[in-house]
Amino acid sequence: MPKIRLASVWLSGCSGCHMSFLDLDERLIELAGKAELVFSPIVDSKEYPADVDVVLVEGAVGNTEQRHLLEEIRAKTKILVAFGDCAVTGNVPSLRNPLLREEVLRTVYGEGDIPGLEEGDVPALLPQALPLHSVVKVDRFLPGCPPSADRIWRFVEGLLAGRRPELTGADLRFG
Amino acid sequence: MINLRIDDTPVQAEPNSTILTAARAAGIRIPTLCHLDALRPVGACRLCLVEVRNWNGRLVPACATPVQEGLDVVANSDRLASLRRTILELLFAERNHICAFCVSNGHCELQDLATELGMDHVTFPYRFPALAVDASHAKFGIDHNRCVLCGRCVRACAEVEGAFTWGFAGRGVHTLVDADLGEPWGESETCTGCGKCVQACPTGALFEKGKATAEQVKRPALLADVTQRRPRA
Repeated sequence: MPKIRLASVWLSGCSGCHMSFLDLDERLIELAGKAELVFSPIVDSKEYPADVDVVLVEGAVGNTEQRHLLEEIRAKTKILVAFGDCAVTGNVPSLRNPLLREEVLRTVYGEGDIPGLEEGDVPALLPQALPLHSVVKVDRFLPGCPPSADRIWRFVEGLLAGRRPELTGADLRFG
Repeated sequence: MINLRIDDTPVQAEPNSTILTAARAAGIRIPTLCHLDALRPVGACRLCLVEVRNWNGRLVPACATPVQEGLDVVANSDRLASLRRTILELLFAERNHICAFCVSNGHCELQDLATELGMDHVTFPYRFPALAVDASHAKFGIDHNRCVLCGRCVRACAEVEGAFTWGFAGRGVHTLVDADLGEPWGESETCTGCGKCVQACPTGALFEKGKATAEQVKRPALLADVTQRRPRA
């Protein structure tokens, strides 16, 4: 059986979901036998490849580059998973959403040249940090801040076995 | 006794009791949020909607609908599950319910309902309203970002404490719970500082100061307990 082409992406989030993913510990060895990690913050590849089977996307969509990457991911991936609360709800990055974008940036960077205010070397900050499904179609939702390694494993195991993982009970929980 | 059917189970109930009471006595679970034992039912959150077959499938709130002889009630079905999930999603979309950043994370009835009703995401666009936190009270705080307008605090204050400090101001999504017609809570002349509103609150909207998230466990059953213990004339 050919290996599943797996990817993971880190948008506006704290990387806690990826840390939790690494907490799979010895199960990572089992995963490596079934899946090839073709793109990830922990893999040295710069371009998002074509024909990805499953992608775990951590974080909300906070700037124009992330929005562009997410659209590219959607076009090149069969199953897109919103990975963790930021991807599912906006969560902590969305704390800024009731505030004006310009005010947020000026409060942080003061007067003068503000990175992220206009499109430039630093991508422009979007007016609000949004959950993935408000930008592209999302196939599966894996909530949690972060989702525990056990929850991630139950979900990934189901995906790898070709089932539609149904998170229920304590596994389907925000925060 | 009144005879009715809930989920095809014959149930007997006291006259003047509600469908919710009858269902609970029969061990049939109906999700609730604005309901709290000892407080008058208001049917505000609509999560306890049930279907009455012999009223042409009409939807009624179980908490506020009295039992009647011969009622044929559906308390759990795919249709009701879908409706309840939609109602829950609307509650989440209305304000900034950020579980990971909330004092009630892990002890929240809204968070628990999402788990129970299988809500894995919110399909409606979030409103992200700009709402204030009033921390002027010496012992407690109110965070409007987490409020679901269930009115349990308003009823606890009026019906159990008798202080009538809390009330509703505004309309629709702009409604806010406020103290003494909009005074900062800490300056309220009617508030006795009893904290019943905080214990009644299902979310992190009302919280105790000086308590970490793990310690912020509410005791909503306290309202029924003090009502029960109260001397009767």
